[in-house]
Amino acid sequence: MMLDGTTAEVANRSALRINPAKTCQPIGAMYASLGIQGCMPHSHGSQGCCAYHRSHLTRHFKEPVMATTSSFTEGASVFGGMANLNQALKNIFTIYNPDIVAVHTTCLSEVIGDDIPSIVAKARESGAVPEGKIVIHANTPSFVGSHVTGFANMVSAMVNYLSESTGETKNQINVLPGYVEPADMRELKRLAAAVGVDIVMFPDTSGVLDGPLTGEYELFPRGGATVEQIKSSGDNIATLGLGHFASHIAAATLESKCNVPAAFLELPIGVTATDRFVDALRSYADVEVPEAVENERGRLVDLMSDLHQYFHGKRVAVSGDPDHVIALTQLLLELEMKPVYAITGSTGNQFEKRMHELLDGPVPEAKIKQNADLFELHQWMKNEPVDLLITNTYGKHIARTEDVPFVRFGFPILDRAAHRYYPTLGYAGAINLINQILNVILDRKDRDCPEAWYELVQ
Amino acid sequence: MPASTDIAILPDRAASIVEAGSAGGPVKCGKGSVAGSVSQRACVFCGSRVVLYPITDALHIVHGPIGCAAYTWDIRGAQSSGPQLFRNAFSTDLQELDVIYGGEQKLEHALLDLIAQHGPKAAFVYSTCIVGLIGDDVKAICKRVAAATNIPVLSVASEGFKGTKKDGYRAACEAVQHLVGTGDTSDIGPHSINLMGDFNIAGESWVIRDYFERIGIQVVATITGDGRVDAIRRCHGAKLNLVQCSGSMTHLAKSMEQDYGVPFKRVSFFGIEDMAAALYETARFFDSPELLDKARALVAEEVAKIMPQLSAWRADLNGRKAAVYVGGAFKAFSLVRALRTIGMTTAVVGTQTGDAEDYDQLREMCDPGTIIVDDSNPLELAKFCLAQDVDLFIGGVKERPIAYKLGIGFCDHNHERKECLAGFVGMLNFAREVHATVTSPVWNYVPRRAGAAHLELEEARS
Ligand code: SF4
Ligand code: SF4
Repeated sequence: MMLDGTTAEVANRSALRINPAKTCQPIGAMYASLGIQGCMPHSHGSQGCCAYHRSHLTRHFKEPVMATTSSFTEGASVFGGMANLNQALKNIFTIYNPDIVAVHTTCLSEVIGDDIPSIVAKARESGAVPEGKIVIHANTPSFVGSHVTGFANMVSAMVNYLSESTGETKNQINVLPGYVEPADMRELKRLAAAVGVDIVMFPDTSGVLDGPLTGEYELFPRGGATVEQIKSSGDNIATLGLGHFASHIAAATLESKCNVPAAFLELPIGVTATDRFVDALRSYADVEVPEAVENERGRLVDLMSDLHQYFHGKRVAVSGDPDHVIALTQLLLELEMKPVYAITGSTGNQFEKRMHELLDGPVPEAKIKQNADLFELHQWMKNEPVDLLITNTYGKHIARTEDVPFVRFGFPILDRAAHRYYPTLGYAGAINLINQILNVILDRKDRDCPEAWYELVQ
Repeated sequence: MPASTDIAILPDRAASIVEAGSAGGPVKCGKGSVAGSVSQRACVFCGSRVVLYPITDALHIVHGPIGCAAYTWDIRGAQSSGPQLFRNAFSTDLQELDVIYGGEQKLEHALLDLIAQHGPKAAFVYSTCIVGLIGDDVKAICKRVAAATNIPVLSVASEGFKGTKKDGYRAACEAVQHLVGTGDTSDIGPHSINLMGDFNIAGESWVIRDYFERIGIQVVATITGDGRVDAIRRCHGAKLNLVQCSGSMTHLAKSMEQDYGVPFKRVSFFGIEDMAAALYETARFFDSPELLDKARALVAEEVAKIMPQLSAWRADLNGRKAAVYVGGAFKAFSLVRALRTIGMTTAVVGTQTGDAEDYDQLREMCDPGTIIVDDSNPLELAKFCLAQDVDLFIGGVKERPIAYKLGIGFCDHNHERKECLAGFVGMLNFAREVHATVTSPVWNYVPRRAGAAHLELEEARS
């Protein structure tokens, strides 16, 4: 097996990443851009990156993912990418005719130091950007941060370029959903509607990356947050930024730019975090939580009570984006499971700080690490095994080598398809997640138990 | 916003699209993609990585920021009969400070650590875009590490922006060249070959190797599918090189011809005709009636095995139309022929790396009216598929969901294929896959195609 060579002995490595638990900024920016209606993501760099980012998103979502590239060649790397971007914008508006182009940089254009705003301004002057069309941009050097940083930067670019305050307050709440699946975004909208609150959510990839099969191929599917909606975010009552790493900068920017108060919440995974989300909606919009939502919550708690005996004390290893791991850890604790190892490939001390707050009490032995990789997590598991592994697809080699029950969660999931339809956020999402965890634990029990213990009823 | 049917073709692109059977100049190709197009093309690094990745007992380390390594981590589907080291993702994960001060030290440490830990037979170090810009002296580091560890440490000059995927193939060949000629060739017989440019996707190299061994030909090295460093070191002792993916390996084949006098032949292992031709040509090369007899017997035996089933599927597929969009032109030729074997015509065919002669050949091979295109993009492809009303799309990862959205069956003939499509058994698998997708009842639920030819087929059967 691929990881048979992994040894239990953990040595300090400074120069090397083995089996990364993160990827680079531009793909996050590309994903965020897809959440604007009528938007063409544009990668300012060489072709390869764009091709990789598109294939990777395609593998995860099983949907067409469009993005254009400045197609840098050696010349551009020496003389700068201005001519390429100008030409690209001209072509993009001529052929694909999007409402808006969202430009992100790659490591190459960052190192060269292309100044995107001034290139775009010149392009506009020269007529490459037609009247009424919008171009926004985010700097996403891939040698800083991770795909989550890229996502956060692009969401904050949306605020920077688009949000406006007209002075008139609208009775709506902004929701910045974080780096989550289209199904999660759909679920957030549903939940807010059920609570009776009007929200403006961006980015919103539902309808874009989970579109129906119609026999037509639409370059710009009808989902996504409209430019108008994002503009209106400056007039709304408040902003709920979900996930520190993915949404903090944008929410803070909106607060300082348009005076919209920002509330920072963790991703609503599990009961407590979803309660916080619902409560924030309720209090800002000044509404009562309707019975239907109370019932939804009640069904989740009922399920947890039915099943708690299967989860109690089980040791879990978790890897993923920092916002995901923090929120997921809370759900695991609600189930009385023991997240003994938790890592993220992304960087940011906030992760370790928050994880210690969560785990120091209930799981004092927990090992927590930012800027880590899956190889290291695997080594920890070799030293002291776990009962469950939760990571994106890349954990599958570890799960097989160590023969550990495995739940896929996060980004990317390359080897399964239906994940894009099942939310993990909100009360309904928690039911889905708990179901997945239960199934792998009981499947394992059925597989391994002696014949006498192989029973119909669990 | 345009729907796929009324997409304009960029004036710049017009010369890259022709119809078979019509007059007109050569297909414009081999150019960099137009800035601002949704190009399906990748970079130099991608080209090198896909070629070298299947050398399974080597260490592959990507020098650059994390993305390039993350996206190429174990996605190739090249199988190994032994070592699995190649499937890990090793990267120097360059950070901002490294970009400013250089990443040389980091790379050297990483190499020394990894070689000590895994004891690989060789190491490949891939330079990505950023390394080209910051100017790390990768070659010097490789040299030092090689001296310290006593294994070949080969630098692959694969900075993404320095060209196209093709240039990456060349960089890969140049790296492999350093291994060739360094091993013992004393026990290599007179009827011996290397298989070049097959990457053992879905185990294809194993099938091909087996055919040649069954007719009495020794396969010295498979370069690079299920590759082994030691085999590559001695592959110059083989008497003939068979180049399957001409785009990726011709460079190496040519240099082996020059340096070691090993001639090469271009072949294809896809489809009955091409597979049989590869065996016959090889037998003829060795000028041995015995080999040729054995080859004939093998072909007869294998074809007999698959023919009944192929004919049955052919009856269902007769007259159906396909669109083909693949990396190299040789694959496109094979596919046009293979589709014919199962009764299908090719209505759209394009490649990412074809040259003018390749396109001329396609023009000759295909029926009049076939659209032939170089370096296409998804919108053009969607447009052509609808215009030609195709039933099948053959392409890669990025094309699959587009085909499905249009209600068109799909067959992956790229890195992510899960079926062995090479050899005679591969022809059977290909036909099975095509038949399954083209005749799938799921298309009955697609508005555009519901009630179309598809349903007639159902009726005819019942
Ligand atoms: S950064 Fe360069 S080498 Fe890496 S994927 Fe992009 S184009 Fe290729
Ligand atoms: S790390 Fe840089 S070069 Fe590599 S894919 Fe990401 S943006 Fe491209």
